[in-house]
Amino acid sequence: MSEVSYREISRNGLWNNNPALVQLLGLCPLLAVTGSVVNALGLGLATLAVLVGSNTAVSLIRHQVSDAIRTPAFVMIIATFTTCTEMLMKAYTYELYQILGIFIPLIVTNCAILGRAEAFASKQSPLPAAFDGLMMGLGFAAVLLVLGAIREVIGSGTLFANMDLLFGPMAANWGLQLFGDNYGFLVMILPPGAFLVTGLLIALKNIIDARNLARIEATKSKPLKGSKRVRTTGAIQ
Amino acid sequence: MGSQLEKSMGLNGRVLGLFALITSLLLAGTHLGTKDKIAESQRRAAQKALLEIIPQAQHDNDILTDTLTIPQHYWAILGLKKGGELHLARKQGKVFAIIVPAVAPDGYSGAINMIVGIHLDGTVAGVRVLNHSETPGLGDKVDLKKSPWVLSFDGKSLGSPPAARWKVKKDKGDFDQFTGATITPRAVVAQVARALHYFGEDKKRIIKDSGALQIEGQIEGGKP
Repeated sequence: MSEVSYREISRNGLWNNNPALVQLLGLCPLLAVTGSVVNALGLGLATLAVLVGSNTAVSLIRHQVSDAIRTPAFVMIIATFTTCTEMLMKAYTYELYQILGIFIPLIVTNCAILGRAEAFASKQSPLPAAFDGLMMGLGFAAVLLVLGAIREVIGSGTLFANMDLLFGPMAANWGLQLFGDNYGFLVMILPPGAFLVTGLLIALKNIIDARNLARIEATKSKPLKGSKRVRTTGAIQ
Repeated sequence: MGSQLEKSMGLNGRVLGLFALITSLLLAGTHLGTKDKIAESQRRAAQKALLEIIPQAQHDNDILTDTLTIPQHYWAILGLKKGGELHLARKQGKVFAIIVPAVAPDGYSGAINMIVGIHLDGTVAGVRVLNHSETPGLGDKVDLKKSPWVLSFDGKSLGSPPAARWKVKKDKGDFDQFTGATITPRAVVAQVARALHYFGEDKKRIIKDSGALQIEGQIEGGKP
């Protein structure tokens, strides 16, 4: 694989190949913890940290590890970073750690992470690999945040409630009460709400993409016939 | 062929072994670095709930460490599987309230862990739900963050309301249920009542044993 431009990496991570909206990876935590902004941000940041760490480490050892033991080695790296993140969250954001509970250790099983290690980091030098981890992580966290915000506003009628769990006492009154005290729209807090909003977000992205494509085709005098397809399957051992 | 396979297996094994070693070192390092901070955070989280029931101003001992073990034959009534300790709140060495852990086993989705503060006269000092997996928006109103419902226990005792009325209103008791959720408050009310029963039975021992601890505390403590 040749060098990939940083611009391309950013576009891929944040939009074109967004782990949550396009690759549909890591849906379990995505759907489970996005009941509020603070939960979403907590898990988003944790995933981001693991992704950057594991991508960098995988890239650093890509020449030392043979194909036969590639996957166990990658899993070991990812598990290590996840456990470190878990311990750090337990130490500094204990209450948030308790809320996110099982979903922090479950970052290990987030396919987005092993996927990036396999598809990108294992073929690139450390810097682009780390940058890819950052951008993919940001793309994932952004979707978590949007989901969390929408579900929190419609479901509980608040926004940025309990942010002190993540940012300490100074964030204690960041919370906004948008509707009345007794407001609550249960389905948005429960899993079905997560599916609904995720579906709507994917649809929205597709609409935007379709519009952009139409605009590009309209400005081009000669549209390219038969788009070039690239297969990116790894070597079969 | 065979020897080549063995060779590559040996090499791969060594590389993986090296990996395991490095990652373990990394984990051990992080563990050592965060160990104290985690213990501190856990302590603070546990203390926070205790202090919510008995505020700092009311007592002058360290509630978190001033504890008595709960005898095994009381575990069942409190819903404890692995036993537990009750916390003592003292003013000038004299116990005036206890905080006892209790688990309501019959919540809508599993056990509800809580702590119940009880004054020596048998009235409830406060109830807090520590963790639960009740339905968000319905059953989770037992959590003080979501609703002030648990405060309705404050000042109640087994005599007032009478023991027969320690139920939710739907069951002809005195405590409110939530719209759309009766099972959760029913479980909590019943478990608080059981915790009060426990205290009635174990009160003598608690007072006796805490008296012995008091002398110990004065020797080692010395601080107000």
